[in-house]
Amino acid sequence: MKITLGTVTHPGGSRVNKTGSWRTASKPRFNHQACVACDVCALVCPEGCIFGTGQNTYYANEDYCKGCGICAEVCPVHDIEMIPEAGEDG
Amino acid sequence: MVKGRMLQGARAMAEMCALCRPKVISAYPITPQTLIVEELSQIVADGDLEAEFINVEGEHSAASVVLGAAAVGVRVFTCSSSQGLLLMSEVIFNIAGMRLPVVMICVNRSVSAPLNIWNDQQDSIIMRDSGWIQLYAENNQETCDLLLQAHKIAEDHRVMLPAMVCCDGYVLPHAYEIVDLPSQAEVDAFLPSYDPIYKLDIDNPTTMGAFADPEKYMETRYMIQETMKKSLSVIEEVARDFGSSFGRSSYGLFEKYRVDDASTVVVALGSMAGTIKDVVDELRDQGEKVGILRLICYRPFPKEALYEALSAAENIVIMEKDISLGGSGAVATDMRAVFYGREACPRISGFILGLGGRDITVDDIKTTISKAQHQVADADFVGLKEDLELEGING
Amino acid sequence: MVKVEERDKFNDHLLASGHTACPGCGQSLAARLVLRAAGRNVMVVNSTGCLEVFSSKYPESAWEVPWIHSLFENTSAVAAGIEAALKITGQLDRVRVIAQGGDGSTADIGLGAISGMLERGHDVLYICYDNEAYMNTGIQRSGSTPYYARTTTSPPGKVSRGNWRPKKDVPQIALAHGIPYVAVASVGYPMDLDRKVRKALSIRGPKYVQIHVPCPLGWGTAPERTIDFARLAVLTGLYPLYEVENGELRALKIPKKVPVEEYLKEQVRFRHLFGKEDRKKEIAEIQGIADQNIEKFGLIVK
Ligand SMILES: Cc1ncc(C[n+]2csc(CCOP(=O)(O)OP(=O)(O)O)c2C)c(N)n1
Ligand SMILES: [Mg+2]
Repeated sequence: MKITLGTVTHPGGSRVNKTGSWRTASKPRFNHQACVACDVCALVCPEGCIFGTGQNTYYANEDYCKGCGICAEVCPVHDIEMIPEAGEDG
Repeated sequence: MVKGRMLQGARAMAEMCALCRPKVISAYPITPQTLIVEELSQIVADGDLEAEFINVEGEHSAASVVLGAAAVGVRVFTCSSSQGLLLMSEVIFNIAGMRLPVVMICVNRSVSAPLNIWNDQQDSIIMRDSGWIQLYAENNQETCDLLLQAHKIAEDHRVMLPAMVCCDGYVLPHAYEIVDLPSQAEVDAFLPSYDPIYKLDIDNPTTMGAFADPEKYMETRYMIQETMKKSLSVIEEVARDFGSSFGRSSYGLFEKYRVDDASTVVVALGSMAGTIKDVVDELRDQGEKVGILRLICYRPFPKEALYEALSAAENIVIMEKDISLGGSGAVATDMRAVFYGREACPRISGFILGLGGRDITVDDIKTTISKAQHQVADADFVGLKEDLELEGING
Repeated sequence: MVKVEERDKFNDHLLASGHTACPGCGQSLAARLVLRAAGRNVMVVNSTGCLEVFSSKYPESAWEVPWIHSLFENTSAVAAGIEAALKITGQLDRVRVIAQGGDGSTADIGLGAISGMLERGHDVLYICYDNEAYMNTGIQRSGSTPYYARTTTSPPGKVSRGNWRPKKDVPQIALAHGIPYVAVASVGYPMDLDRKVRKALSIRGPKYVQIHVPCPLGWGTAPERTIDFARLAVLTGLYPLYEVENGELRALKIPKKVPVEEYLKEQVRFRHLFGKEDRKKEIAEIQGIADQNIEKFGLIVK
């Protein structure tokens, strides 16, 4: 690894931090049933790791999702659920 | 015929600053630096320099403004004194750590309390650990010459460290002397426009001022330490360039005056060297082998060059206008470290003079020299008033 | 299943994933929303604080735009220097400058530099992320900590009911500089926040935007409820969202008054105000602040 003058660095470096490993309890499940593509889950995700291009296409990139649960809390049609980290049966 | 114009020091410094074409200037008035700020404001107001002059609400911000501008990749300038420099200190360290080639003038003044607006060198000496190159001038001509060189040294890609040119308050900026300032064309030829290695740029985004954890921080300090050492040769190179470009000698790391066969060598910084040179001449006339080494570059401390220059001396007599209270003078401490454990071991004595504008007389210098020839002194105060009763000390 | 990287290719967040903010951090969300509104042609100056620390550990920068951190209290002065350099080099017509920091850096240690920057008229947008304490150093009181809140330096105790002073009103201090735009936003109202940031950036000269950002760790709130608490602060009248453009005030109306208890009761920082009869007075005082705001800003349509 190189230490640059003044520790000047370039964008994008944070992506090596797979903060998904922080999740201990639960993760979001996108049910893809009632989604109206309002985009609010993606808008308010503090990690910026929720994406979707239309109804019932949204998902969280689990590499970065810290499992905070805001998306499930704000979903106006309750189409996102927090499920145990190990999976539904876990 | 003498070349140059009769100018007040502050005016000469401001004109030299403008000749270097800084794009952003920010400073805050403090005696005895104020004159420089005023002169620069006028130069910008007259349209003689195309620069942004930012009137800030304090020195911490003045240093921060030039930090921000330097991060965009433009040449900058600031100046301060005493309390102002101390208020800047957090930013001073920050600028060096961020490797931004900011250049400033420190008009040396004592540090409060008690409040005192007169000259000593305590203020800039406090900043010696900050990672700034520090150059001390003897007179107004040299202050201007060093200012020009400072930009070139700081912006050299082998260096990329900030530089501080120090001149003695009142003694220099308030004095009228003949100063020979180069033409704009000469300055432009000597000092090309600043070519930053990194900068804030929307077309090529960078992150500046990232924090470093214990796995990386120490390397950043080591990098500055090593660069400081390497910059000694850059400073000498720039001084040589300066000499050949302007036909006026510039001494580089230090000036040796009658040192070569001297058994006793005084070491001093700044304007007091003038008086000391006179004393040296007088003592030489009396057959004493005395000389003076005027240190210009205090940081980086030119350890090897000083060892070479002084190892033949029997006595090294350090006269300095600063004190690490409870310890010794800063220059004396550094100088002892140069010789400790080496083959040459001259006797090194440290004297504290001229604090808060106290006159440094010819007699002071003579008695100091003769004292040092007989015993080792450490942080001896010279020139104390014997008729004063000092509560808690005597009387 | 499409590969994750492929699906993420439309990820154009300017504050990238992989930053190390706590789960549910309101400030990280707000900062991303600010950049979403600002776009790529900005330079960001950041104070020392949580946002700086969780986004810039060398070499893992989360910033896709030019970004600089210098110190805790000099952010607006650094921004002023950047603006001056952009101006003199003719770049100011295509680059906007944002200075941002926490409430501690804004309301307390950096206030002098902010005042200088606003007064001198620099073309800079200052953004305060108000999580109502010094979170980076472990939840100490700031001038922006609300009345009676528990912090580690305003703890309730035998002779203390928590923070002994109401919040410092920095937006009004900013306004007193006669600047063209001041706004208060909340991470609970992302589209309002988005509009205010865009508005601010469309105006030349100094602008001040303060954003309320819940801090789950510092407030003792559940991470998933960050948006809820941000909204409750607005709905109670405790955090009125308003903007003043060239002297003209506009406030976001609230449908009906929600009692302050609704906001306070599930936050650990206010827990000491509950369950004891003699704490009614403090809650009534906090209600008084909300009522005053409702009146002053005309938050409820009569
Ligand atoms: C001059 C100085 N004093 C103190 C600190 C320690 N310090 C770093 S961040 C911080 C608190 C930051 O609080 P705030 O501005 O509200 O940001 P937050 O972390 O809450 O987002 C403090 C006290 C410092 N870095 N510099
Ligand atoms: Mg805070």
